[in-house]
Amino acid sequence: MSGRIIDRTGGIFIAIVLLAAVLIPAANLLLPPGHPLHVPDYMIPLLGKYLCYALLAVAIDLVWGYCGVLSLGHGAFFALGGYAMGMYLMRQIGPRGVYGNPVLPDFMVFLNYKELPWFWQGFDIFPYAMLMVVLVPGALAFVFGWFAFRSRVTGVYLSIITQAMTFALMLAFFRNDMGFGGNNGLTDFKDILGFPVQAHGTRIVLFMLSALALLAGYLVCRALVTSKYGKVLVAVRDTESRTRFLGYRVENYKLLAWTLSAMIAGVAGALYVPQVGIINPSEFAPSQSIEMVIWVAVGGRGTLVGAALGAVLVNAGKTWFTGLMPEAWLFALGALFVVVTLFMPKGVLGLWAQLTRRLKRAPSAVPTPTPAE
Amino acid sequence: MAAPLPEGPKTYEIKSPGVLSLEAELGILSPPEVVADPMALTSALLYLDNITVSFDGFRALNALSLVIGEAEMRAIIGPNGAGKTTMMDVITGKTRPNAGTALFAGVNDLTRLGEAEIANLGIGRKFQTPTVFDMHTVEDNILLALREDRRAFRNIRWGRTPVERERIEALLERVRLKDHRHRQAAELSHGQKQWLEIGMLLAQEPRLLLVDEPAAGMTDQETADTAVLLREIAKTRAVVVVEHDMTFVRDLDVKVTVLHEGSVLAEGPLDQVSADERVIEVYLGR
Repeated sequence: MSGRIIDRTGGIFIAIVLLAAVLIPAANLLLPPGHPLHVPDYMIPLLGKYLCYALLAVAIDLVWGYCGVLSLGHGAFFALGGYAMGMYLMRQIGPRGVYGNPVLPDFMVFLNYKELPWFWQGFDIFPYAMLMVVLVPGALAFVFGWFAFRSRVTGVYLSIITQAMTFALMLAFFRNDMGFGGNNGLTDFKDILGFPVQAHGTRIVLFMLSALALLAGYLVCRALVTSKYGKVLVAVRDTESRTRFLGYRVENYKLLAWTLSAMIAGVAGALYVPQVGIINPSEFAPSQSIEMVIWVAVGGRGTLVGAALGAVLVNAGKTWFTGLMPEAWLFALGALFVVVTLFMPKGVLGLWAQLTRRLKRAPSAVPTPTPAE
Repeated sequence: MAAPLPEGPKTYEIKSPGVLSLEAELGILSPPEVVADPMALTSALLYLDNITVSFDGFRALNALSLVIGEAEMRAIIGPNGAGKTTMMDVITGKTRPNAGTALFAGVNDLTRLGEAEIANLGIGRKFQTPTVFDMHTVEDNILLALREDRRAFRNIRWGRTPVERERIEALLERVRLKDHRHRQAAELSHGQKQWLEIGMLLAQEPRLLLVDEPAAGMTDQETADTAVLLREIAKTRAVVVVEHDMTFVRDLDVKVTVLHEGSVLAEGPLDQVSADERVIEVYLGR
């Protein structure tokens, strides 16, 4: 495992993301629509969505790849961050809603709410909403992790309770009287910080912000896993009891990574919502969270870069495939997971490392730790 | 990486807090005086009294009593199922006894503390099968074991302090893994892993070392070397060795405790113990 914060793979990754953040909007704005390299307008929010997924995958890889915690509930943290952003966007609609109520969002008027519920207070203030984007998923993760890690729930059992957590949240958010818009969720957003959400310029800025958030998330995780803390984390992943006998409080190490991961997932969700224009309880669906884990597995677990790569690859594949034959996508996804597990245990990134090694006939510098479970 | 060090025996003359204990082990310095806690209930370092552990009715430990003094080495022998590993589990907090007293340094109740707390009190454990961190380099294995702040936030830092470098250097020299420092621990041979784990144990600077079958899977030469190493370590700290290999126990040349069915059957020098009829009956199987 390379000890530097920015190793070769990481350097290439950062360069690609930075280039994409500049060149894709440039190719959209500067090249005429007929040009072969022109990026059509509809592609910008789509690619921005992929970048949010990539950031989410990096967050999952931090806990799965380096800490051995297979979370099947990260969709919950992603959706909570998304809801926090959605609540801000709902408050920005103001009197422009169908019912024209200056304070209450449309669904509340429809459901005969007399006043704004207490937990909606303050969401009209952008910094407060952004704070909630990280605090709410972080707090949930902290409480969940506190109990789970302290009672030493590991492996499959932990995965199942993360799944139960997101499922419970999905059922709760589906209820109309929860005050989050029920199964319709939050939508019909008008503007963000005064800029219209639907406008092309806003979308380009959101795309670039997503790219920057991905880089920041990557760098934070990478810095963490190359520190001594990160070495302990890998030790916990591989030989938990040994680490404990060395005097490390394993639960605290896990809790820190887990909470941070949830916060990053929240940021990814917050950037995702204005780009897709809606957030609803289906984001909490267990199948969504399982799909996220597949992205990481496809890209290469325990590499961070691989997770981001996997998220973009699988989602690009999904967009292409669902256009071709929508009903077959789930089968294709299942097949992909089986193939990756059987033939590419280190994912696409591991395969690439193997190929370059074979070509060079020399040990590769690409760090590809073997998954422990 | 680390600063070049002079070759030969001078290597141990580096002055840093971490290396002092090594010097002490080599007799260059006298061991630091351990001041007994005025609250201590016993002068023994490890005091086990009447420890009973039962798993679903099976008594793994049956009123076991054992006392280990400061800087004492003790060999524990006994047939399979005698409770040797369970005893180590009780001392390190992995298993909670159903009854009995377990005190460390006369004040710390081992039956109430968690594994991490017990490790930080100064009890180090080496497992039967070498358990090192396979994914990490030999150096990093030692780094993670060094006696330092174990809190999560304090460990978000990069690089190594000069003290850490010196200590790692000295310990690698000690366990003869200097040439393998950058290799992944997974690539080491079985014997090398055993030594790496002993190195990690030393890095913790424990007051009591629990060593479970250190000679398992070692060549004769390695076994003899290990005995010398353990005897050297035992000059400054207490060592409890669980071992099957009689030649090895003879090499250690210390007081022997024989366990049988979860309690102490005999205690004394190896020759005296191995002449005991009951020991011959249960252990040597004649």
